[in-house]
Amino acid sequence: MMNVMTRTEAEVGAGEQIKVEARDVNVFYGDKQAIRDVSVDILDRTVTAFIGPSGCGKSTFLRCINRMNDTIDSSRVSGLITLDGQDIYARDLDPVQLRARVGMVFQKPNPFPKSIYDNVAYGPRIHGLVRDKAETDAVVERALRDAALWDEVRDRLQEPGTSLSGGQQQRLCIARAVATQPEVLLMDEPCSALDPIATAQVEELIDALRQEFSVVIVTHSMQQAARVSQKTAFFHLGNLVEFGDTDDIFTRPKDPRTESYISGRIG
Amino acid sequence: MTQTDLPADLQSRGHDWASPRARANVARRRRSETVLRVVGLGAILLAFLMLGILLWTLISQGSLAFRQTHITLNVPVAAEHVDPADPAKGNYRRVIAAAMSETFPEADTTEQRALSKILSNQAQFVVRDKVVADPGLIGNEVRIRVPVSDPYDQLAKGQVDTTSAAETRRLSDVEIANFRALEEQGLISKPLNWALVTANDSRFPELAGLKGAIVGSAYALLICFLISFPLGIGAAIYLEEFAPRNRLSDVIEVNINNLAAVPSIVFGLLALAVFLGWFGMPRGAPFVGGLTLALMTLPTIIIAARNALKAVPPSIREAALGVGASKQQVVFGHVLPLAMPGILTGTIIGLAQALGETAPLLLIGMNAFVTSTPATPFDASTALPTQIFIWADSPERGFTSRTSAAILVLLGFLVMMNALAIFLRNRFERRW
Ligand SMILES: Nc1ncnc2c1ncn2[C@@H]1O[C@H](COP(=O)(O)OP(=O)(O)OP(=O)(O)O)[C@@H](O)[C@H]1O
Ligand SMILES: [Mg+2]
Repeated sequence: MMNVMTRTEAEVGAGEQIKVEARDVNVFYGDKQAIRDVSVDILDRTVTAFIGPSGCGKSTFLRCINRMNDTIDSSRVSGLITLDGQDIYARDLDPVQLRARVGMVFQKPNPFPKSIYDNVAYGPRIHGLVRDKAETDAVVERALRDAALWDEVRDRLQEPGTSLSGGQQQRLCIARAVATQPEVLLMDEPCSALDPIATAQVEELIDALRQEFSVVIVTHSMQQAARVSQKTAFFHLGNLVEFGDTDDIFTRPKDPRTESYISGRIG
Repeated sequence: MTQTDLPADLQSRGHDWASPRARANVARRRRSETVLRVVGLGAILLAFLMLGILLWTLISQGSLAFRQTHITLNVPVAAEHVDPADPAKGNYRRVIAAAMSETFPEADTTEQRALSKILSNQAQFVVRDKVVADPGLIGNEVRIRVPVSDPYDQLAKGQVDTTSAAETRRLSDVEIANFRALEEQGLISKPLNWALVTANDSRFPELAGLKGAIVGSAYALLICFLISFPLGIGAAIYLEEFAPRNRLSDVIEVNINNLAAVPSIVFGLLALAVFLGWFGMPRGAPFVGGLTLALMTLPTIIIAARNALKAVPPSIREAALGVGASKQQVVFGHVLPLAMPGILTGTIIGLAQALGETAPLLLIGMNAFVTSTPATPFDASTALPTQIFIWADSPERGFTSRTSAAILVLLGFLVMMNALAIFLRNRFERRW
C-alpha cells in the first residue's frame, strides 16, 4: 500500500498563503488544446506534486508558471496566472525577471558546457546577486550543498559540468536553479535519471527547500509524490481532475479516474 | 490457431534459419552489400585518379618554374659608358654588351647583339643599381647574378629540341652553341626561383612573379572577411534567433539560399554597375574586389552560421532561459559560443571559395597588367586567379610553366585555409 507521511499541524499552518494562483488556464499548441480550464492554487512553502499519465499536460502547465511556453512559437496561453497576486502574463511584467523568481529544473539534465562552478554561478552573476569572487564562491558552495553535490565536486569545480554522471548533472541543474534563490521552484521529473540514493537526496533537498520556497514537482512515481508533497494535482487529458491534500488524494480519491490511476489501472 | 493464407513454411512459429530460403536471403544481402562497397570504393578511386592526374600535370609543368636559370657574370664598368658625375644616366646596355664580348672575344658585332640577349633585360638595371649605390665601382668590375632570358631558360631546362630544324625553334645553332659554352665555363646555375613569390608581374617571363597578385588577393580577402563575417553573423543571428516566423522571413530565407547559387559572374556585373558605375570606385582595386567577393561570400556565411546556430541543442537555450537569462544573454553567452566553430568553418570555406573566384574580378578590372605591389587596397592590382588567367593567356613558353606554378601556389593557399578550418573545428568543438 501507499506509504503516506503524516504531517504535523505546524507544517500545515506554515503554508496556507497562496503563492501562485491559476484560473481557467487553457494552453494551445497550434489548434491542439493541451490544457483545459485548469484552476489551481499553489501555496507558499509547500510542495505541490503534479501527477498524471504521459502526455496529459503536466509539463505544459508547469511551463506556464514561468512563461517558458513563450519560447514555443505555436503555443498560446489564456486564463489568469498570478504570482503573489500579480498577473504574470500582464504586459508590463518582465518574463526574464519572472524566470529568476520562478526557477526551473528540466526533465532532462541540461548543464551548460561550462565548468561546474560557472554553471552554478551563472544565474547569480547575470542577476547581480553577487558582487565579488568571495560572494560567488559562497553562493556556489551553498547551492551545491543544497543539491547534495558539494562533497562529490568540491575538488573539481573547474571541470566541465557535462563530464558529470547523469544523476550528478541533474543535481548540478538543481544547484543552478536554487542558486538564484527563486521564490518558486518548478521541477519536471527531476529524479527520472537518478538512482534511489540520489533520489532520496533530492527528496531530502525538496523537503529542505520547502522551508524557504514553494516547490512544484512533476513526477511519475506515486511513492515520490506521496513522500515529498503536501498537495497533489492529478491531470488527465489536459484536465485537472482532482486537486487536494496529498493524503486525501492517495487515500480517499473522489474521482474514479484518480483512483484507477493511483492504483495503476490507467497511465 | 492456424492462419490458412500463410505459406506452408511459415505455418510453424519457429523459423528455420538454415533453410534454403533463409540462406538465399543472407546471400542476397551480402551480395548487395559487396556491390555497394565496390561501387563506393570505385568512385573514390576514380576521384583520386582524377586528382592525381591534375596534380601530376600541374607539378610536372609547374616544377620547371620553381627553378630559374641564372647567369653569373663579371661586368667591367668602363668610365666611357658611365659618367661618374651622374651614374644613374649611364649607358648600361653597352656595359652589358661589353661584358659579353669580353666573355666571347672572337664574336663579331651582330653576334654580340645576340649575345646580350642571353641575359634578362633586368641585367642592365641590376648593374645600374649597384653602381648608383657605390659609384666607386666605375672603372672596376661588378659581379652580378641575373636570370637568363626565357628562350635560354627553356634551353637550360631541356625544353628546346636542339635536333629539330633551326627555323622551328627560337634559338639558332650558334646561339645554342654560345649558351653551351657559358654552361661549360660554369657561369650558368639554376637556383630556387624565389622571384616567383617575391617579384611583381613582368612582360618578361623570367622576371615575372606573383607578389602583386598575392598581396592583391590578401587585401581583397581581408576586405571580404571584414565585411561578410560580421554582416553574415549578424544576419544569421537575427534570422535564426530574433526574426518572427512569417511570410516575409520565409521570402528572405528562400532568397538567401538562392543568392548562394547565383553564378559569380552575375555578382561581377552587379559590382561593375554599382561600385564602378554609380560610386565611381577605381578599376582593379582590391577594395572593390573585396566588396564583390563579400557579396558572394555573404550568403555562404549566413547559411553556415544559421545551420551552426540551429545545431545548438534547444536544451541549452531552455537552461539559460530557465535561470532568467534574457534572449540576448542566451544568444551571446551560450548559443553563439557553441555555434562559433561551425561558423568559423563555414566562413573559411566561403573565403577559400572567394580566393579562387576569377570571373567577378575580371569584370571589375583586376586583370590589368600591373608591375607593382599594391600599397593600399585602393591601388590597382591583380589577384591570384586573375594573374593565372593573364599568364595562361601569354604566348611565351616561360609563362606556361609559371601558370602551373601559380596554380600550385593558389592550391597551396587553399589547402592551408582548409587545414585552418579543420584545426579550428577540432580545437573549439565542444561536447554537450
Ligand atoms: N512543443 C509542442 N508542440 C506541440 N505540441 C506539444 C508540444 N509540447 C507538448 N505538446 C503536446 O501537448 C500535450 C501535453 O504534453 P506535455 O509535455 O505537457 O505532457 P506531460 O504530461 O509532461 O507528459 P510526460 O509525462 O510524458 O512528460 C501532448 O499531447 C503533447 O503532444
Ligand atoms: Mg513532461
